[in-house]
Amino acid sequence: MTWKLLLLLVQATGWTIVISAASIVIGLAIGTVVSAAMLSSSRALSFAGRTFVSFFRGAPLLVQLLLIYNLLPALGINVPSRVAAIVALSLCTAAYQAENLRGGFASVPRGLLEAADMLGLTPLQQFWRIRAPIALRMTLPALTNEAIMILKASSLVSVVGVIELTRMAQDLSASTFKPLPIFATAGLLYLGVNWLVAGGARRLERRLRWGAKA
Amino acid sequence: MRLDLGLIASLAPELAQALGVTVLTWLGGALAAVLLGFVVALARRYGPRMLDAVLGAGVEVVRGTPFLIQLFLLYYGGPFVGLALDPVPAGLFGLAIYGAAYFSEIFRAGFEAVPPGHVEAAECLGLTRAQTVRRILVPEMTMLVLPPAVNMVIVLLKETAVLSIITVPELTFQISAIGSANYAFVESLFLLACFYWVLVEACSRLGRTAEARLSRFRFAHA
Repeated sequence: MTWKLLLLLVQATGWTIVISAASIVIGLAIGTVVSAAMLSSSRALSFAGRTFVSFFRGAPLLVQLLLIYNLLPALGINVPSRVAAIVALSLCTAAYQAENLRGGFASVPRGLLEAADMLGLTPLQQFWRIRAPIALRMTLPALTNEAIMILKASSLVSVVGVIELTRMAQDLSASTFKPLPIFATAGLLYLGVNWLVAGGARRLERRLRWGAKA
Repeated sequence: MRLDLGLIASLAPELAQALGVTVLTWLGGALAAVLLGFVVALARRYGPRMLDAVLGAGVEVVRGTPFLIQLFLLYYGGPFVGLALDPVPAGLFGLAIYGAAYFSEIFRAGFEAVPPGHVEAAECLGLTRAQTVRRILVPEMTMLVLPPAVNMVIVLLKETAVLSIITVPELTFQISAIGSANYAFVESLFLLACFYWVLVEACSRLGRTAEARLSRFRFAHA
């Protein structure tokens, strides 16, 4: 391993983080909508939500990725492969996050919502000020797990030619004929990022717990 | 959809073979992962402290890195340390190691959930360590480890698709090849996704049935 190779791998790690973070955030938004659909009293909506979750959790991410990568151009939507990759990762993580959020939203105490009604909060205000913060706090550990899963799963987007850590490691391994040190370093970089995420999440959880006490 | 049923029929033998590879790597890999995971959990519980630390670090590394990177290390890096494997054995080996790390944690949690009093009672009655594992720990933890274990077996089924990247001729690999040869990529990939979906749903139903059947044992020592 030379410094130059290491620098290239670290730079590519940046793309892995960008792609994963974008997918997690978009997935959280889609997941919130899907969990609302699942909890809805409308049978059609709740069926649609459950089918979405079941499909995206049931099919392998690699197959979803290849499908979306080929589907978008077939529908006349021409986007860079990086965008297609983020779409696929977002939909997949949305399904997992929807399932987690459903539990979080279901655990919001009824009394709080009744109190909010009494105080005249609109449904939108109730969502932003009561439901969402409580559900998010409840599901933070699951969200951390999901972020780590997506960081690892993002290695699959190398297959559709997106340059990120795994793809960079593959290219460097092919050009230098040193797969062992390069893939080992890539693995350590993934491990390092995951440690940082896990450590950051632990601190955030502690903070939020203090906040909950006040 | 311009999916040609005649085309599918003509490709049936190839698809059947690919399905065979998927099932073989999945069940073979899962079985090896369960056994290896069990051995790792036992070694961590009864082995010397050093071994526990080493295995624990190994488990963390496997769980903290992408499966694809592990496969690349094994398949492309293996030959440099005298481990040149063909795609299918490399896939099986990779799945076994990957799954074993997760299964060992599932079993470790299962061991820890067995009340210490039961293990102490077994010792007092003069049961050997092997007898304690076989007659106390395993039966008591089965109910507890079943749901996460079924879940992990399903995860391994989905990970077999990743083996296509190291050219294991399983379903995802063959369908991608067929799709690109016939310009029917979207249709064939959609069918493939649905196929995995049905299989995953069937497995989780089966798991729930098994849990319901086994749950009568839970009250025996509650």
